[in-house]
Amino acid sequence: MTMIFGVPLAVFMGQLMLGLINGAFYALLSLGLAVIFGLLKIVNFAHGAQYMLGAFAALLGLQYLGLNYWVALLVVPLVVGGLGMLIERTLLRRIAHLDHLYGLLLTFGLALIFEGTLINFFGVSGSSYPTPTALEGGLNLGFMFLPTYRAWVLVAALVVCLGTWFIIERTRLGAYLRAGTENSALMQAFGVNVPLLITLTYGFGVALAAFAGVLAAPLYPVSPTMGSSLLIVVFAVVVIGGMGSILGAILTGLSMGLIEGLTKVYYPEAANTVIFLVMILVLLLRPSGLFGKEA
Amino acid sequence: MSQAAEAITEYHDHDGAEMLRVSDLHAFYGESHILHGVDFDVKRGELVTLLGRNGAGRSTTLKSIMNMVGRRTGSIMINGNETLGMKPHHIPRLGIGYCPEERGIFASLDVEENLLLPPTVRSGGMSIDEIYAMFPNLYERRRSQGTRLSGGEQQMLAMARILRTGARLLLLDEITEGLAPVIVQTLGEVLVKLKERGMTVVLVEQNFRFAAPLADRHFVMEHGRIIEEISAAELPSRREHLNSLLGV
Repeated sequence: MTMIFGVPLAVFMGQLMLGLINGAFYALLSLGLAVIFGLLKIVNFAHGAQYMLGAFAALLGLQYLGLNYWVALLVVPLVVGGLGMLIERTLLRRIAHLDHLYGLLLTFGLALIFEGTLINFFGVSGSSYPTPTALEGGLNLGFMFLPTYRAWVLVAALVVCLGTWFIIERTRLGAYLRAGTENSALMQAFGVNVPLLITLTYGFGVALAAFAGVLAAPLYPVSPTMGSSLLIVVFAVVVIGGMGSILGAILTGLSMGLIEGLTKVYYPEAANTVIFLVMILVLLLRPSGLFGKEA
Repeated sequence: MSQAAEAITEYHDHDGAEMLRVSDLHAFYGESHILHGVDFDVKRGELVTLLGRNGAGRSTTLKSIMNMVGRRTGSIMINGNETLGMKPHHIPRLGIGYCPEERGIFASLDVEENLLLPPTVRSGGMSIDEIYAMFPNLYERRRSQGTRLSGGEQQMLAMARILRTGARLLLLDEITEGLAPVIVQTLGEVLVKLKERGMTVVLVEQNFRFAAPLADRHFVMEHGRIIEEISAAELPSRREHLNSLLGV
């Protein structure tokens, strides 16, 4: 059997694949956080809860409305994103003129409310969401077995990430967003409806989280706390990548997933902490993050 | 050229009508009271200056017109519309272009993206080709990051991007500040061309020698008020008085 530094190739590739999948979720979530932070200057602590809401909405939609996975993948981000826009309009906007720490507190509180409410009704033990039939089974690649659903998650996450990058970096709407991030007062003076842009941006960031949640539903147990544990890691990823760049958020997300996967192969005890170690290193050597703009 | 001709005809129809009237304008940044009852008017096709020392309230007057400061009272009529209650993003759509003192070139956009950024507010703006003909440097550097341009080029870009939008009333804040004499001269030529096109311009300016030959009227501000109005015809006889007001 082929060995890589004393580890069977199949095991090595399997962990790498798992890492890449985790990385795809880190990328999707940190991308949404970066987009929201750019324009609203708010660290969206509700992001994990919104990811969880995405997974829960898919689960409940299947159980009570008979919505299948593919419909959920389209509808759930719209619904949860709409909820995000409602939150922005009714709550975040009222504190937009205050110190941005209040936004952090507010979104943190919202996350607790969402989680608490769902724990009240469904408890903390997770439910499982069936893998869509079209994506059951897997491919034998010779050196490893690749479950079809995991391959799909990777492709879907990458397509959405790159699509987001394209919209932001290459379209007129994206130019509004980038310019609004730099100087929103001047954008208003040009006649751009910045409050609307802010609502749409927050809704879009939340929709990305919900999309990630639907993707995650067949992979991980769907439980009210599934977002909060993930979000801590995603914040570390954002710190490592820096807030400055969309492509940076995507690349950092994927590579941190890979690093985590590799650590699981060679030193499993450190797998849960390795990202935080990288974060400490980056904070020491390059405080603005790998892709952040130098302050 | 036909577009320019059209713009001029359109203007001659209303020549002399009031484009902007500011009455008893007070403005506040938080607790500080910055403008104390500003009164002035600008007719269509006119170029007026707001002169005065630093802190006299000239930039704040332009920002107040754009609804970019805190609380305001009084009246600001643009083209016959009261704008005091309007949302900030509705005001430019009355046909106003604003060029801020700090120029506001976006670092995350290249030159052409900066140029195309402000939405069109009126028909009849300059086409991108006309703009590149007026500012050839911008064409050469259209793929550069906006903030990589020299100060003079950034100023050209800040002006050029509001000409594309079809704005008829331009509020220009300190456009010559810190620029080399040759660039200042080019900007003067641009302003002459804009006047020929029938644009109305409010110019906040430190460089009086730049503003004097261009302007129809000068308003002198002090402590948040207009204290003096001097027409171009009166200027030679009142030059000394003006110099004493400006402290030069």
